Amino acid sequence: MIDREQVLHVARLARLELTDDEVGRMSEELSAVLGHIEKIGELDLDGVLPTTHVVEVSNALRSDVVEPSLAPAVALANAPAVADGGFLVPSPQAGADPS
Amino acid sequence: MDYEPVIGLEVHAQLLTQAKIFCGCSAKFGGVPNHHTCPVCLGMPGVLPVLNKKVVEYAMKMALAANCRINGECSFARKNYFYPDLPKGYQISQYDEPLCRGGHLGDVRIHRVHLEEDAAKLVHAGASGRIHGSDASVVDFNRGGTPLAEIVTEPDVRSAAQAREWLTLLRTTLRRLGVSDVNMEEGSLRCDANISIRPVGSTELGTKTELKNMNSFRFIERGINAEVARQEALLRDGGQVVQETLHFDPRTEAITSLRSKEEAHDYRYFPEPDLVPVATSVEMLAAARDAMPELPAAREERLQALGISAADARQLAWRTELGDYFEAALASGNSRVGVQSLANWVCNELVARVGEDDPNASKVRPDALAGLVALVAAKAVTVGNAKLVLDRLVAEGGDPAQIVEAEDLGAIAGGDDALEPIVDAALAANADAAEKIRAGNMKAIGAIIGHVMRETKGRADGAEVTRLVRSKLGL
Repeated sequence: MIDREQVLHVARLARLELTDDEVGRMSEELSAVLGHIEKIGELDLDGVLPTTHVVEVSNALRSDVVEPSLAPAVALANAPAVADGGFLVPSPQAGADPS
Repeated sequence: MDYEPVIGLEVHAQLLTQAKIFCGCSAKFGGVPNHHTCPVCLGMPGVLPVLNKKVVEYAMKMALAANCRINGECSFARKNYFYPDLPKGYQISQYDEPLCRGGHLGDVRIHRVHLEEDAAKLVHAGASGRIHGSDASVVDFNRGGTPLAEIVTEPDVRSAAQAREWLTLLRTTLRRLGVSDVNMEEGSLRCDANISIRPVGSTELGTKTELKNMNSFRFIERGINAEVARQEALLRDGGQVVQETLHFDPRTEAITSLRSKEEAHDYRYFPEPDLVPVATSVEMLAAARDAMPELPAAREERLQALGISAADARQLAWRTELGDYFEAALASGNSRVGVQSLANWVCNELVARVGEDDPNASKVRPDALAGLVALVAAKAVTVGNAKLVLDRLVAEGGDPAQIVEAEDLGAIAGGDDALEPIVDAALAANADAAEKIRAGNMKAIGAIIGHVMRETKGRADGAEVTRLVRSKLGL
């Protein structure tokens, strides 16, 4: 069961603002999704490696060759605001850098 | 109670590729803001990243240099967090299947090496003073998506000085491999340190703090020292270290907490569906192995085996250009040159004169220095005068034997009759010193030697003068 606190935690991580009703609905829906996963968990999967890709392909690589970039005006076309040739954004809170 | 620091390092090295890690934009440092961008590195919806082959090659060379176990297959993962320098809302990194694990470089074990994309550069607009309000930032995506290798060590480092020394070895190794330009000012080498302390003798780990993003070796050393001192003071006062991320200000030596919400570290890694795994083939490994130059650690060992002192071998091996110069001098074929005396001249006298500059770019040719050392070995010139010759070589270049000849700096040969009357005169002029020597005070011989050196303009061999003095005084 995903409770309200967990829903709010995940919503904060995803920068989503939910109404009280939505929190309740998400709690139910996410719990149902997890229910399905738990069902799969009942299978005996010892020795089965996790699948990350359904097609067995590896080493899709590109050569180290520089290709033309976008014209800066195009690159900045979707910017909410522009300053000094860059994307102008609200400053992140001091110390919020989690990396 | 005495404490010892336990330090692990996390180093981000920017790989020296032409293009970014997942797109064809230039990976060059700097440039006009946002001139190296495309839909991939701007994080537009619907685009597909494709891994740059060179990144894998370079990372494999690094892994081999650090004696790492390269995993047969590695894969990428999404590290999810929101920050304006990360347009997709996640960073493509590696998580449970990094390129390699284990290994060691010098005396520090490597935990893992993984690949990831760099974030964009944020410039706080207030700093430029041209935009009102300091709560705005400007994002430059030129750096976003440039390739990084993150090297994580085991907590094997026990002091700030050791951290600095190890980073020097790492930097030299990466430079020698040609995989990174390891320029700290431009951010192509960045270091975080995980620091804890524990009572000496204890094997348990204390609570650690993470000191972020120090961008010079000097700051790293000072930052670690400051944090170790802070933790010690805290424990001695009966307090406790809190696990947190810290920032060191090199100007004020202050350590401040980068308080971040606990949930910010919930990265919710999951496999990157847009990139297929990398399988390292035998051929790729062989190619990387073939392309390996001799690395500083191996060169240090080889030079020591030649009979060079540990300190000189390290200096020559860790400063690649100095080592190259030394080996060129050694190879110039003068059999009279002693290996250690040549190392002395390179590591002490030459370095004292050229400093941090590349000696290969100086006016002193390696064979000229070897020739000078040979002249000293043959007692054709005294050590003191040889230093004068080296000054001339540094200033003007040329041939040491010719300089000795032209400046009349040649040593007065031991068996030369010319020396004897000068020593006689020196003894006569310094009768009290002669008396002291006779009474057993050999220190007084300095006055005699000084006199002879003045008379001969430094051309007399000190040992020979000593021998003559002793025999004349009947000692």
